[in-house]
Amino acid sequence: MDLINFEATELRLGLPGSTDDQPEIKSTTSHKTNKRSSSEMVSSVSDEHDSSRSPPPTKAQVVGWPPVRSYRKNILQGKKNDQAETGSGIYIKVSMDGAPYLRKVDLKVYQSYGELMKGLQDMFKCIIGLYSEMEGYKSEYAPTYEDKDGDWMLVGDVPWDMFLTSCRRLRIMKSSEVIES
Amino acid sequence: MSEDNSGGGKVRNSVSGAGTVTGTVAGAGEYFTAYPDQVLENVIENVLVFLTSRHDRSTVSLVCKSWYRAEAHTRSDLFIGNCYAIAPKRVTDRFKRIRSIALKGKPRFADFSLLPVDWGAYFTPWAHAMANAYRALEKIYLKRMLVTDDDLAVIAHSFVNFKEIVLVCCEGFGTTGLALVASHCRNLRVLELIEDDVSVSVDEVDWISCFPTEGTTNLESLCFDCVEAEVNFDALERLVARSPLLKKLKLNTPVSIRELYKLIVRAPQLTHLGTGSFNPFVEINQQQGDHQEPDYAAAFAACKSIVCLSGFREIAPEYFPTIVPLCGNLTSLNLSFANVNAEQFKPVIRHCHKLQVFWALDSICDEGLQAVADTCKDLRELRIFPVDAQEYDEGPVSEVGLLAISLGCRKLQSILYFCQQMTNAAVIAMSKNCPDLVVFRLCIIGRYRPDRVTGEPMDEGFGAIVKNCTKLTRLAVSGMLTDRAFSYIGQYGKLVRTLSVAFNGDGDNGLKSVLEGCTNLQKLEIRDCPFGDSGLQSGLHRFYDMRFVWMSSCRVTRQGCLEVARRLPKLRVEVFRRDEEEGERGDFVETLYMYRSLDGPRPDAPQFVEIL
Repeated sequence: MDLINFEATELRLGLPGSTDDQPEIKSTTSHKTNKRSSSEMVSSVSDEHDSSRSPPPTKAQVVGWPPVRSYRKNILQGKKNDQAETGSGIYIKVSMDGAPYLRKVDLKVYQSYGELMKGLQDMFKCIIGLYSEMEGYKSEYAPTYEDKDGDWMLVGDVPWDMFLTSCRRLRIMKSSEVIES
Repeated sequence: MSEDNSGGGKVRNSVSGAGTVTGTVAGAGEYFTAYPDQVLENVIENVLVFLTSRHDRSTVSLVCKSWYRAEAHTRSDLFIGNCYAIAPKRVTDRFKRIRSIALKGKPRFADFSLLPVDWGAYFTPWAHAMANAYRALEKIYLKRMLVTDDDLAVIAHSFVNFKEIVLVCCEGFGTTGLALVASHCRNLRVLELIEDDVSVSVDEVDWISCFPTEGTTNLESLCFDCVEAEVNFDALERLVARSPLLKKLKLNTPVSIRELYKLIVRAPQLTHLGTGSFNPFVEINQQQGDHQEPDYAAAFAACKSIVCLSGFREIAPEYFPTIVPLCGNLTSLNLSFANVNAEQFKPVIRHCHKLQVFWALDSICDEGLQAVADTCKDLRELRIFPVDAQEYDEGPVSEVGLLAISLGCRKLQSILYFCQQMTNAAVIAMSKNCPDLVVFRLCIIGRYRPDRVTGEPMDEGFGAIVKNCTKLTRLAVSGMLTDRAFSYIGQYGKLVRTLSVAFNGDGDNGLKSVLEGCTNLQKLEIRDCPFGDSGLQSGLHRFYDMRFVWMSSCRVTRQGCLEVARRLPKLRVEVFRRDEEEGERGDFVETLYMYRSLDGPRPDAPQFVEIL
């Protein structure tokens, strides 16, 4: 019997009784050799994400979790807004650190990053400022997005059209939490 | 049946309550008391006719053999909570005059793909047994059973006075079977298909057209919202027009809002409406032509009897406000398929002052929940389902919404709440603000999540629930929990009958606390928790009093299960793997499912199920 049952309280994704093979958590987002070159900030963003309190969403879904009947999941799958177009728009979720509610934006409404930033600023009443490839975001908040591969990138890296097709959701982080490498 | 021990023989010949009485007379000098016994039995039978509660009837049947027989003779409603707890033959031997039967099959975790296909719960043997024994059967209620088209054929052909069939979470049948029921059950009043998986086939049968086409029908309830296949709308319209008693109508997804309109103007007496898609299915850019849109709001306003509204299976949100004229009368609103946001939702909910039951998606956000709390002061039941059922750091609903509900809806009795994050403070607040809670099911989708603010386990929150909600009978826990949470549950959860545990706990002490403390526990379902053999053993004294125990991906070993099976011969201990290809778990059992049974191991167990 363990005197100090650290193992049992440790946050992990393996089944109880499984040993320390945790490929999922360790290897998620640190190695992105195929990503864009100006991604130093991006990898640090992801590292921060790894060390956050709760486990990142796993790619392999746990069977039967959450306990929503497949009947419900299937019906709503058609409405899942990863990249789904609802009528004419591309709706994605936006969260901001510290704000209690998620919002949704229609990316098709914007023609450029500048417009998107303005829209987000209006929505969340924050200052984001402009992105500079050299200096990143010089303001209190930095917008990041999750791409098709599940990696978190800084918004503004890629051409706008490519961004439209690869963005799955947005998260406006506090700049202080984005680690410069 | 054995004889009475009252002395003297007698011939019993009682078909109905007032039976004939015969007795033999022994020699002179002996006082023979057959008459009073028979009279007593007749009296009891006449009284028992009024006894409807199955728990009371069970108690009555235990008094003595005479009462056992009388009860068996007069029971008309049968409830079997686990179809494998008893064999059909034993049922038909004991009860002779059953009019209605309710049968439940698979354990609930089957809904979440944790039970292999072909595990069992076949209705077929029951269908045949009852076709022989209960020709006067009128009602069938089945939950999580496998029902084939042939079974429906048996039902359609065997019971002359058949009136009601309700199938919940069943599968295995299709429109062929439905057509048979529709055409042969001339006295049908109720046909309800609730969350069934109705097989789609290449040749769909037009079952709606199979209802009798002449004269009026006896239909009171027709619910087929889960049927994917389109129905013949003209036939449906004619059916509704000649069903003057129809009160409940729940349409399936392919029915457009325009078609809905045509139906409700023909059936203003409806009390329960499932709207179908609530969508015109017309492209926004497409020309509407000369077709005027019907005045939907006026049509809804004319339905003064509707108290229960559901459907909205593919809602076009711009039509949502048309239901506002109905809202003031609604006691039940199910938006759990409608992806509407807070801005679309708030203008509607603020009219629903009488709402008691509310199901929705988390798309309404904490903001929407606040609106519910502001308006629905009479709310008894709330269910919030996730639009996107994956683990995220944040979600649209949180402790903020839960707290708002607890402050606004003091009469809350039942809650099912999916969220990504939660705090102990909000749960504690709900335990104090809503003392009438009977069902508390909180699902923090992020596994192992502690209190979002304090970082502590969620022990105190759930502890407060079991402590303060003294009427609690059903509990589902989630988030990071230690032994302490289970200690609270065992200590205070004396009325808890159903407990669901997933991805929690420290070790066996947790399971021990629950099995030793929860003296009314009937159904225990556990997955992915570090509970093992010693925890399991601590429940030996309770397993015969429980309906079932489910443990999957825990730490019970085959040895441990064998030991339980050895000690409790009337317990069926099933051990199996969910998936043939899954890796070995060493000595650990993947899934343990055990239940009491009066009959031997079930003969229909598939090869991968081992019954110890």
